[in-house]
Amino acid sequence: MNIPYTVEARPDTGLHNGKLGIWLFLASEVMLFGALFSTYILLRVGALEWPHGELSVPLGMINTIILIGSSVTMVMAWASLKLNDWGKHRLYLSGTFVLAAIFLVNKYFEYSEHLGNGEGPWHDTFFAIYFTLTGLHGLHIVGGMVVMAYFLGPGAKMWKTNPDQFANRIEITGLYWHFVDLVWIFLFPVLYLL
Amino acid sequence: MHSDPAEIKKSVRSYITVFVMLMVFTVITVAASRFHFAVPMAITVALIIATLKGSMVAGVFMHLLHEKRAIYGALLLTLVFFIVLLFIPLLTILDRVRY
Repeated sequence: MNIPYTVEARPDTGLHNGKLGIWLFLASEVMLFGALFSTYILLRVGALEWPHGELSVPLGMINTIILIGSSVTMVMAWASLKLNDWGKHRLYLSGTFVLAAIFLVNKYFEYSEHLGNGEGPWHDTFFAIYFTLTGLHGLHIVGGMVVMAYFLGPGAKMWKTNPDQFANRIEITGLYWHFVDLVWIFLFPVLYLL
Repeated sequence: MHSDPAEIKKSVRSYITVFVMLMVFTVITVAASRFHFAVPMAITVALIIATLKGSMVAGVFMHLLHEKRAIYGALLLTLVFFIVLLFIPLLTILDRVRY
C-alpha cells in the first residue's frame, strides 16, 4: 500500500503529510521540553541558593556556535537538493553530521569533568536538572545523527528513484534538527549564564 | 516555502545573513552575562536575546515566515498550552499563601 501525499500537497492542508506530521511531532516536543523548563523554574524559585559559574561558559558557547553552524549546513543540504546539486547536498549533510558529532564529543568532556569531580545528578538540584535537560537534548542529537546517517547511507538511493520525496525527507529532517538547535539556544543561557 | 531555483538562491543569502546574526547575538548573550546585572534583569536580557535567536531559526531556517495555515494553527494551540505549562509552578505560590 502506498502512503498518499508524500510529494504532492493534500488539498485540505496544503501540505504533504510528512511535513504536517513532523510539525505535530515537534509540537509534542515543545510540551516535553516545556515541562522540563517548567520544572527548572519551580526548582530555581524554590531554592534558597542557586549555584552560579558551575559550568564552562566557553565550552557552552563553542557548542552553541557548533549547533548554529550545523543548522546552516542542514538547511543548505536541503537547498542544494532543490538546486539539483547532489554533490553539495552530500557535503552539507556530512558537515551537519560531523558538527553534531563534535557537539557530543564536547559534551562528553564536559560530563566527564563534572562526574570526575563527583558532580553527578545526585550532587544537588542544579546538577540534577542540568543532566536531565542536557541529557535529553543529547539524546535528540543522537536521534538526528541516526536519521542523517541513514540518508547519507542506504536512504540516499531514493534520490535516483523519487527525488522530490527525498528532498521532502531532508526537509523534514532539517525541521527536526533546527528544533534541536532552538532548544539549545534556550538551554545555553538558562543553564550556563543565569 | 519556495521551490523555484531563483527563490532558493535568494533564500540561501538570507540563511547566511541569519547565521551571522545568530553568531553576533551569541556573543552579545555571553558579553551581557559579564555585566552581572541583578538576577531579574539578567534573566530578562538573556531570554529576550534567546527569543530573538529562536525566532530567526524558526522563521528563516524552519520557513515559518512562509508556511501554511494548518501549521500556524497547530503551533498557536501548542503555544497556549506551553504558556499554561510554564505558569503551573506559580500555583506553588498559592500554597505558600494558604499555609
